[in-house]
Amino acid sequence: MIPELGYAATVAALALALFGCIAAAVGASTERHALVVSSERAAIGVWLLVTACMLLLVYAFLTFDFSVRYVASNTNRGTPFYYRITALWGSLEGSIILWTWMLSLYTLIVVGQYRRRQPKFYPWVLAVMLAVAGFFLLVMTIPAPPFDRLTPVPADGRGLNPLLEDSGMITHPVALYLGFTGFTVPFAFAMAALIIGRTGDEWITITRRWTIVAWYFLSLGLLIGGWWSYHVLGWGGYWAWDPVENAAFMPWLTGTAFLHSVMIQERRHMLKLWNLTLIILTFGLTLFGTFLTRSGIIGSVHAFTQGSVGQFFLGFLALGMLGAFSLLAWRLDRLRAHSELDSVLSRESAFLLNNLFLVAAAFTVFFGTVFPLISEAVKGVKVSVGAPFFNLVNIPIFLSLLFLMGIGPAIAWRRASAENLKRNFLMPVAAGVVAAAVLRLLGVANTVVLVCLALVVFVTGTIVLDFYRASRARRRTGDSWLEATWGLLHRQNRRYGGFVIHLGILVIAVGVAGSQAWSVQTETSLERGQSMELAGYHIRFDGLEPSDESNHFKVTGAFTVSNGRRASAMLYPAKKFYPQEQTPIAAVDYRLGLIEDLYLVLGDFAQDGSHATIKVQVNRMVSWLWIGGLILTLGAALAILPEWKKPA
Amino acid sequence: MSARGLRWIIPLAVVPVLILLGYAFKLNPREVPSPLIGKPATKFSLKTFDGNQISLEGLRGKVVLVNFWASWCYPACYEEAPALERGWQAFKDRGLVVIGINIQDKDEPARKFLTEFGHSFPNAPDPAGRVSVDYGVYGVPETFFIDRAGNVRYKHVGAVTDAIFKEQAERLLGERS
Repeated sequence: MIPELGYAATVAALALALFGCIAAAVGASTERHALVVSSERAAIGVWLLVTACMLLLVYAFLTFDFSVRYVASNTNRGTPFYYRITALWGSLEGSIILWTWMLSLYTLIVVGQYRRRQPKFYPWVLAVMLAVAGFFLLVMTIPAPPFDRLTPVPADGRGLNPLLEDSGMITHPVALYLGFTGFTVPFAFAMAALIIGRTGDEWITITRRWTIVAWYFLSLGLLIGGWWSYHVLGWGGYWAWDPVENAAFMPWLTGTAFLHSVMIQERRHMLKLWNLTLIILTFGLTLFGTFLTRSGIIGSVHAFTQGSVGQFFLGFLALGMLGAFSLLAWRLDRLRAHSELDSVLSRESAFLLNNLFLVAAAFTVFFGTVFPLISEAVKGVKVSVGAPFFNLVNIPIFLSLLFLMGIGPAIAWRRASAENLKRNFLMPVAAGVVAAAVLRLLGVANTVVLVCLALVVFVTGTIVLDFYRASRARRRTGDSWLEATWGLLHRQNRRYGGFVIHLGILVIAVGVAGSQAWSVQTETSLERGQSMELAGYHIRFDGLEPSDESNHFKVTGAFTVSNGRRASAMLYPAKKFYPQEQTPIAAVDYRLGLIEDLYLVLGDFAQDGSHATIKVQVNRMVSWLWIGGLILTLGAALAILPEWKKPA
Repeated sequence: MSARGLRWIIPLAVVPVLILLGYAFKLNPREVPSPLIGKPATKFSLKTFDGNQISLEGLRGKVVLVNFWASWCYPACYEEAPALERGWQAFKDRGLVVIGINIQDKDEPARKFLTEFGHSFPNAPDPAGRVSVDYGVYGVPETFFIDRAGNVRYKHVGAVTDAIFKEQAERLLGERS
């Protein structure tokens, strides 16, 4: 019964979305308001029906309804309660439901916010968003039906992919999808702007906050993905340039470019064409990401099962991109800039360079990701493009971006005078140079790390200087330091929110540089009672303990670790054996610290517990990534606060 | 082309990328060329579910199809199961043997699977997982076609279909040993 209800809800939602899309478009072009109203009811209906689908599937999971193929594939009777709920998005079909649900939720918010405020844009925004939702509902109806029946009904299910039994499983996909789907809103406004011919700055002003929200969730999703990879996958890293990581990173890069270039349009009315192109590309790349994960065209740890889903996505991607760029071509005459670049030494050109680098990074990542396809198509040779390529190309780009992060916000608009440059950059540059010299004397020999840290100091210097001057100015009016600081954050929340986000990125940059340069690891086999040493840590192997868990068998190793500075502690890395998996899954144990993490992975062992192989890593500065993520959160929250208005 | 016409180059710029992605459907990233192709197949000797001993060496001179499967592997193992039985029935009199090797599985569901599909060719569990390691099995199902001289000639990843079975069986049976 449940599956039939779910399927019916899906089909009904699809019909409503299509109807709503057409009604909104017809209503807008013929100015029949009643049609727009009924389209908005359709949008509400879509949200209700997709919510119902989600709840029905959760119910099927909780009651172990193995007659539903998706439930049987992603749970078994041993799956813990908590993961039976998150198993909802553990695989292809359910992840599409989650995606559709978020999109329908965003549509609902758009209805609530803009129904009255933006009568011209609103119907077309609704039409575009419902069209996108309609596509995802079509995927749920034909190539990836989550409520598909399974006969004969198996006695037990296969079980969730063990790597997904982790708390990161709740937050990582949710944040990532909120980011991906969030970019649909600015995209829909951009399309509406092109359709109605109001290609000025309105759509950018309206969607500014939406872009920040989507960008923030995407950033958060990427960081949580890194954390998940770090503490679950057991290879000690957080980023591998895996095709699907790249797929999520590309819209982040173009989205970041968009976030910055809209500021030039708002201020100087330039780059209209460029901004539209960026948002179309960003939206296209979110679709491309989903396509890549679900089409099975590229082998990846993240790849979902295959099927005809890929063809549907490619079709929609083609339709969306051709449609959007055709609209752009049609309105090309209206996209001329109202002003021109005055000088190379100006904020505009710093932002333009920033855009150039971000788009170049996105392009290289794209190229590296699809290169295996090109190679096979052209030369028939299977190749894989790995970290060396991506690092080689992207490190100079990211260092340049760090540099521009210091320049952009502090340099004057239009034309920077020598006075402006001296006032804003002399001290920070000096600080960066001094920092580099000191670090070099302290023994930092790696040039990339040295340059990176010097740039971080330089950029931090520009931010501190700006904040110091602004709050000093406020203090002259009689505010205390606290009032002055609060006043700045509060009244110029957009500018200072941006600065806080920059600080978060700087902290992340330190984490990346430090962890790449200074981490050490070793792998060794220990007899019971034997010790080893790495980077000042003594690690003693105390024995193995087997145990039967609800859905797997587990062998846990006990290790006593100590170093001179911290009290000794026990770490318990383990290996988990799931009946449905070929290879055992490592369960890492670690001690996190601000400067370094001690990270143990259990390798092979003797069944009697007499000896075991252990991989020991001392990973430096990795925690800075997670701290940077928290700072990013604060900054984003600050930046989306409503603009402070002076009391009338 | 007029300057106004040139603008349509913008949307057309996405076409090559779309074509590349479309082409990608014809490729299979899991189809990693196996280094075992053309090499002598590693010998194994296993005890079947019926209690008989079966060894690869004893089958020299016949074409052997080794299929790695598991009862929890659906849909692929369930899809190919009838095709394997049909192929075995069609070619067994011409000197072809199908061997099923059940990996990473429990005894009871594995036997239930065999009964359900009425498999009549020899099927054996691989309790220590040695054979699947020797053959570099990455995921189930994977199927290896071994020629009369005992060399691995073809590896198929994913469900075997009647067409693939027939094509490879005819090709290898047609060769002189």
